[in-house]
Amino acid sequence: MLRKWLTALVLVSMVVVFFTLPVLAESLSGKVEVNSWWTAGGEAEGLNALIKLYESKYPDIEFINATVAGGAGTNAKAVFKTRMLGGDPPDTFQVHAGHELIDTWVIPGYMQPLTDLYKSEGWTESMPQGVLDIVSYQGDYWSVPVNIHRSNVLWFNKTIFTKYNITPPSNFDQFFDVCDELKEKGIVPFVMGTKEGWEAAHVFESVLLGKLGANDYNGLWTGGVKWSDPRVTDALETFAKIASYLNTDHSALTWDEAGQYLLKDKGAMMIMGDWTNGWFMSVGFEGYGWAPPPDTAGIFLALSDSFALPKGCKNQENVVAWLKVLGSKEGQYSFNKAKGSIPARTDVDISDYNDYLQSAAKDWQKDAISPSVVHGAAASEGWTTEYKDIISLFVSKPDVSYTQKALVTAAEEYLKK
Amino acid sequence: MQIKGDKWTPILFITPSIVAVGIFVYGFISWTSFISFTKWNNVMPDYTLVGFENYRKLFNNMRFQIDLHNTFVFTVIFVTSCLLIGLLLAVLIDQRIKGEGIFRNLFLLPMAVSFIVSGVIWRWLFNPGSFQLGNIGVNQLFEKVGLNFLTCGWYTDPNIGIKAVAIAAIWQFSGYTMALYLAGLRGIPLELREAAAIDGANQWKTFYYITLPFLRPITFGAIIILGHISLKIFDLVVAMTGSGPAFSSDVPAFFMYDTTFRGNHFAQGASIAIILLFLVSLLIIPYLITTFRKEA
Amino acid sequence: MKISLTRLLIYIILAIFSIFYIIPMYIMVVTGMKSFAEVSLDTMWNLPNSFNFNSFSLAWLGSIKEGFRGISGSFLNSVFLVVPATVISALFGSLNGYVLTKWQFRGSDLIFTMILFGMFIPYQSIIIPLVLTLQRLHVYGTIPGLILVHVIYGIPISTLIFRNYYVTVPTEMVEASKIDGANFLGIYRWVIFPLSTPGFAVAMIWQFTSIWNDFLFGLIITPNPASQPITVALNNLAGSYIVQWNVQIAGALLTALPPILIYIFLGKFFLRGLLQGSLKG
Repeated sequence: MLRKWLTALVLVSMVVVFFTLPVLAESLSGKVEVNSWWTAGGEAEGLNALIKLYESKYPDIEFINATVAGGAGTNAKAVFKTRMLGGDPPDTFQVHAGHELIDTWVIPGYMQPLTDLYKSEGWTESMPQGVLDIVSYQGDYWSVPVNIHRSNVLWFNKTIFTKYNITPPSNFDQFFDVCDELKEKGIVPFVMGTKEGWEAAHVFESVLLGKLGANDYNGLWTGGVKWSDPRVTDALETFAKIASYLNTDHSALTWDEAGQYLLKDKGAMMIMGDWTNGWFMSVGFEGYGWAPPPDTAGIFLALSDSFALPKGCKNQENVVAWLKVLGSKEGQYSFNKAKGSIPARTDVDISDYNDYLQSAAKDWQKDAISPSVVHGAAASEGWTTEYKDIISLFVSKPDVSYTQKALVTAAEEYLKK
Repeated sequence: MQIKGDKWTPILFITPSIVAVGIFVYGFISWTSFISFTKWNNVMPDYTLVGFENYRKLFNNMRFQIDLHNTFVFTVIFVTSCLLIGLLLAVLIDQRIKGEGIFRNLFLLPMAVSFIVSGVIWRWLFNPGSFQLGNIGVNQLFEKVGLNFLTCGWYTDPNIGIKAVAIAAIWQFSGYTMALYLAGLRGIPLELREAAAIDGANQWKTFYYITLPFLRPITFGAIIILGHISLKIFDLVVAMTGSGPAFSSDVPAFFMYDTTFRGNHFAQGASIAIILLFLVSLLIIPYLITTFRKEA
Repeated sequence: MKISLTRLLIYIILAIFSIFYIIPMYIMVVTGMKSFAEVSLDTMWNLPNSFNFNSFSLAWLGSIKEGFRGISGSFLNSVFLVVPATVISALFGSLNGYVLTKWQFRGSDLIFTMILFGMFIPYQSIIIPLVLTLQRLHVYGTIPGLILVHVIYGIPISTLIFRNYYVTVPTEMVEASKIDGANFLGIYRWVIFPLSTPGFAVAMIWQFTSIWNDFLFGLIITPNPASQPITVALNNLAGSYIVQWNVQIAGALLTALPPILIYIFLGKFFLRGLLQGSLKG
């Protein structure tokens, strides 16, 4: 008798579960328009991995992959801005965590806080404090970071380094010794592509960091250290000296085209963010090594891509669902594996990521963290664009005192605000 | 003369256009000028007046100085080449040649195409390639026909930059000047040329003393039109090069878009726009006035 | 003998310039027709071995796998934008031209000149207020909003085209109708409008091409994928690293096609519009 009852109970509960399951599982429908500038190799693959995950969870939502191509995100940012100003906010869009997020979007009141979502998803626990800091403002969280990239990495060609018995230079003296030696051997010591206008500024932030150290580098952006500091002069002079070892066709190349020098064993070193690792993977190049750029060992110059929830976006629930996928272990795992970055969460198992990423994840845990400026973390967008313009000009017109004056003026203007 | 009650009807019908243009052209220009005198250099509007501060900063800004220089170089190359090529082609086509229609249509065809289309095409044509790709685009063509000395870095070479953009623009607009000149040539009374011929003038003399003076108003008009186009050039730069290395293909219109919608410098963007408008007005207003004085 | 030598020289010069004009067209057509197996930057100048329209279909439809949008949706957006905008601005132009030539009033010449100025301004000088205003009208980011913008900024050129056209319509005809007791609208409907076909052809073709080819307004007012016009979509397609160059070029050809067809079939009217753009009838 009891068994019969039990069987019946089991049956009934199974029926109940069967009918309520679809209700419990979120049944969202409609559209979601996700805006980003991920239109190149690894990034597009990473985005696709996320889209797949999203579509498997929410099959009824039509996913609109609204990428805006070109200029390393600069075109996209302009589009997002006109749309926000015009009152046609994208459902959600890619934004660098840090000042780009806070100064441009949060303070003027364009975003909705995500604090409740952070709590319900447990992200306050699973994301490290360093990340939580750059997405928060006045006690609330404002965007969901999907990855961490390191800006200061010196990539080198292992074949060349082994052949001439060179070890990665740890300070600028060694760096220039290596450059001289390689130049003599007919190898381009240091490669750079400056076609898109932000690359030189990217390299220069590593130089600044090397000359000033983490604390004082941060101080430049917060007002604690003056831009007229002699170490900035030194950094500019050093950068000008680096430029004298460059590939001559740098203005014709994007960073990855310049990276071809490394692939072909014709160039030895370059400083570029660790999306380079993803690119090396996608072109099947394995003969590369990495080190912190001169004098920046133990400092991790970080940037993070994130997505936020604009006020007045049309498909709010679907965006929240997207943010949940972004912040989930699964989402962070598959996105970052393809893109070649490390998850913003610290509890994702990345043991099958490649060697570089594993080492980056370790550094992320133990290094001092500084914000990247070119990639939106350290300063407001206005300041960033001006800094970038100044350095981009410096490459073709290496006038140290003029450039430093321009940097000082820019800083005065933006720190005043 | 007018029928009673109808005096106001015509005015009533043209009023919407007047109001629309009044607001969307003149009103907005005033609004933009106002913005250019404010502190609005952040996302949130800030209408604190700062006088000519934005303009002062702009003229001290190296990028803007480069832009003005680029615009100057572009305008000179673009306008003179269009005039010379247009005149040459018009004169040649006017020689009662075979296939006149084909040549004329071919030279004019680029006018029908968007700057974005031509920008995309010329970006690939002027892509200098790289050492892993070898020569591509026109460089490859030059190599094939043995004109290697012509290969260069095009818009990726900071010394060329905007000049490469000018070539694409010449491709697009020289047919237009050809059409203008051709219409002008066809408008020269035959008797005039014949009279010159009877007087013993040779072809060159006829051209110099009869044709060219006759075409002068067309040249004047074309300079105004092409000049104002080159001041405003934007689409082609966006699609073809962007700012280019060391801003070698940057122009004020692009800087305006860039600084306003990316750098959040609304007041600075507004000042660039007003400077552009001022330059365009220098060309256009005297032209409008003289043209319509004559007609009225 | 001497004459034929000059002739030869003329043809040689024209041929050289023809090459300059043909090259971009040649690349557009040839690249679009190559199969993917055949597309290579090393042989970009070679003729295709066989016809193949894969590049076009990829540019048109996009690729979900590779992660880029095709331009088909934007092509339709452009059609929905251009057709109404062209018709409306031609109607405005026609009425304005009619008033300004046949019903001149005190100051009408000044008003005409002031309207005309609107076609020369750099649109950067009105773009910030425009965005803010469209937002307040709740049409920012929509095709109707973009239609409104094109109609308004098309008023100067279409008014000019019709004004120049109506100047050639004998005023006596209008005067005669006035005496016969026809009113403003009656004369327009029964006298002017039936004569206006060439004016409409010129104005509409001009507006069609320039709105189709516009980039700045599309970029700033409707950048969202749901309503962006084709030039914005093409620029986006061409900026993407994952899109092959042959697909970009095929997209360029598709974008250029409607105005080119108009040029080929209605070239006469196109040319007339072009010459009017310089204020000379």
